[in-house]
Amino acid sequence: MIEIKNLHKSYKMGSNALHVLKGIDFNVDDGELVAIMGSSGSGKSTLLNIIGMLDVADEGEYILDGIPIKNLNETKAANYRNKFLGFIFQSFNLINYKTALENVALPLYYQRMPRKQRQEKAMKYLDQVGLKEWSHHLPSELSGGQKQRVAIARAMVAEPKVLLADELTGALDSTTSYEVMDLIQKINDLGNTILVVTHEVDIAHMCKRIVYLKDGVIIKDEKVKQVKALAHV
Amino acid sequence: MFNRDRWKEILEVLTTNWFRTVLTAFGVFWGILILIILLSAGKGLENGIRADFGDIATNTMFMWTRSTTKAYKGLPIGRRFNYKIEDVATLREKFPELRYISPRNQLGGFGGNNNVVRGLKVGAYNVYGDYPEIIMQEPMTITSGRFLNQNDINEKRKIAVIGTGVKNELFDKGEDVLGTNIKIQGVNFMVIGTYKKKSNNGNGEEGQKEIYVPFTAFSQAFNRGNNVGWMAITAKDGFPITNLKQRIINEMKTIHKVHPEDTRAVGFFDLYEEYNRVESLFGAMSFIGYFVGILVLLSGIIGVSNIMLIVVKERTKEIGIRRALGEDPWSIKKQILLESIFLTIISGMAGIIVGALFIYGVNALLDANGPVDMFMNPSVSLGVVVGALMILMISGLLAGFIPAQSAIKVKPIDALRTE
Repeated sequence: MIEIKNLHKSYKMGSNALHVLKGIDFNVDDGELVAIMGSSGSGKSTLLNIIGMLDVADEGEYILDGIPIKNLNETKAANYRNKFLGFIFQSFNLINYKTALENVALPLYYQRMPRKQRQEKAMKYLDQVGLKEWSHHLPSELSGGQKQRVAIARAMVAEPKVLLADELTGALDSTTSYEVMDLIQKINDLGNTILVVTHEVDIAHMCKRIVYLKDGVIIKDEKVKQVKALAHV
Repeated sequence: MFNRDRWKEILEVLTTNWFRTVLTAFGVFWGILILIILLSAGKGLENGIRADFGDIATNTMFMWTRSTTKAYKGLPIGRRFNYKIEDVATLREKFPELRYISPRNQLGGFGGNNNVVRGLKVGAYNVYGDYPEIIMQEPMTITSGRFLNQNDINEKRKIAVIGTGVKNELFDKGEDVLGTNIKIQGVNFMVIGTYKKKSNNGNGEEGQKEIYVPFTAFSQAFNRGNNVGWMAITAKDGFPITNLKQRIINEMKTIHKVHPEDTRAVGFFDLYEEYNRVESLFGAMSFIGYFVGILVLLSGIIGVSNIMLIVVKERTKEIGIRRALGEDPWSIKKQILLESIFLTIISGMAGIIVGALFIYGVNALLDANGPVDMFMNPSVSLGVVVGALMILMISGLLAGFIPAQSAIKVKPIDALRTE
């Protein structure tokens, strides 16, 4: 699903450049649940941003489901993000003046799907994350866990090829974190490919594979025995 | 462009901060209101002045004689001379561009002595010896009887057409006017008609206090021989009198042996030039109206632009999220532009409506309190309103352009990072 070869990225900080990614080689197969682990500054968020087409690499190859991702203009990148990728952020990033349902329906709106169809589909995904009866509430009326579940529904509504989660439990307490991870595991069990960036060891072990990143290189890439989040709830 | 979600969002964004939106809108509202009021005031002045000109043939000059200031061909300096009735025929022959040439003689004048008597009543009036054509140059409405005609001229009939002002002073209410005699400087003239002149200001009163008698009868009664006091000359349409007047004056100088460089001997007043001067004043007034109005509007527009920049700044993160979710930049730009145009047009419409109410109020006041000098029926045309709307549309677009550009300049990744 994802093929990355010899990826380099550096940021210019005044006169000297900060080399963040120093040649990453990395493949993800269809249906995998991968955790990218690393301390802050290890380059894990940068890697996720490049995979998410929010940022571009200086060097290297990135192929998503057979499509080489390079030389994208903003419009095309937006189009690809909409169709291929679903984002889940640490701070939820819901739009605060729109209801849960409208938030979930946003990616479909950008696909110019008719209103009615869009709302039906969004409702289906809200139901899947167990928030059907909260559909007309504003984000400010939801708890942290509920917000993150709305965000997950929003990431999935366009049926993307890959879900990208950046510290998705970072702003949640551990019980809520496990509930959210349980949801992620269930979505993965349905066959969706998911990448989780985290620095929490227990969250990483709820995935099927862990990639350790340190100082811009992969130091370890191993399959692990998945810990079911449900056991902790 | 006209989809429900987009408009819902525009309203949501604009109503989140009511106070700020209203303050911003006020700038544009004020600008367009000033523009409308200035233009309508200019129009009111124009209407008033045009009404004062009335129906007078504007392509007209008046010409009279004064003392010469240069000796010429053995004739002395300071000589007085008169136009002769033959001059009219000469002018007709030499200047086919002229439409009417009315030789006139006059008795009385502003502040003159009492010169007209009827029974026990007396009055001071302007008495003109005229040809029938004068009614084409100084339009008047004949309210009873008739005006002078060529037979009156030929037969030197001692008859008079009097103004309503004369009638009111010399006759009692309800008295028969036609067929009675009035004594003008001791000579009896029979009244055969009354007239009323259209004009809406103070000159109107003077205009109603005139008496018109046949030129020939006037000359005979008051011993003018074949002298002509002054002339009212109107050119045909398409031949501005201003271009002809120098040649006419030169012709008169030749006939009356006046030094060609004597600029004072022939007096004249060019109504056409005066009229054009006023016309150009109207142009200047509407220019000032537009100029000031648009400048005031511009400051309102800058206000809108400023607020939109702040709105974009506030929504940086939201815009980042939306772009991460796959909204293309053009769609975001369109959103910002629409918000800006919407705000400008709504507030501009309010300004136009209030401006229209203001004009309506002023008109109602004018109607209630009678006509005012040099001001009448202030209004703006539909064209101006449509123009103002176009200006609003374009300025809304301009006001939104910089903020919209700055909205999409931020990369989604940077926008998401601002926490």
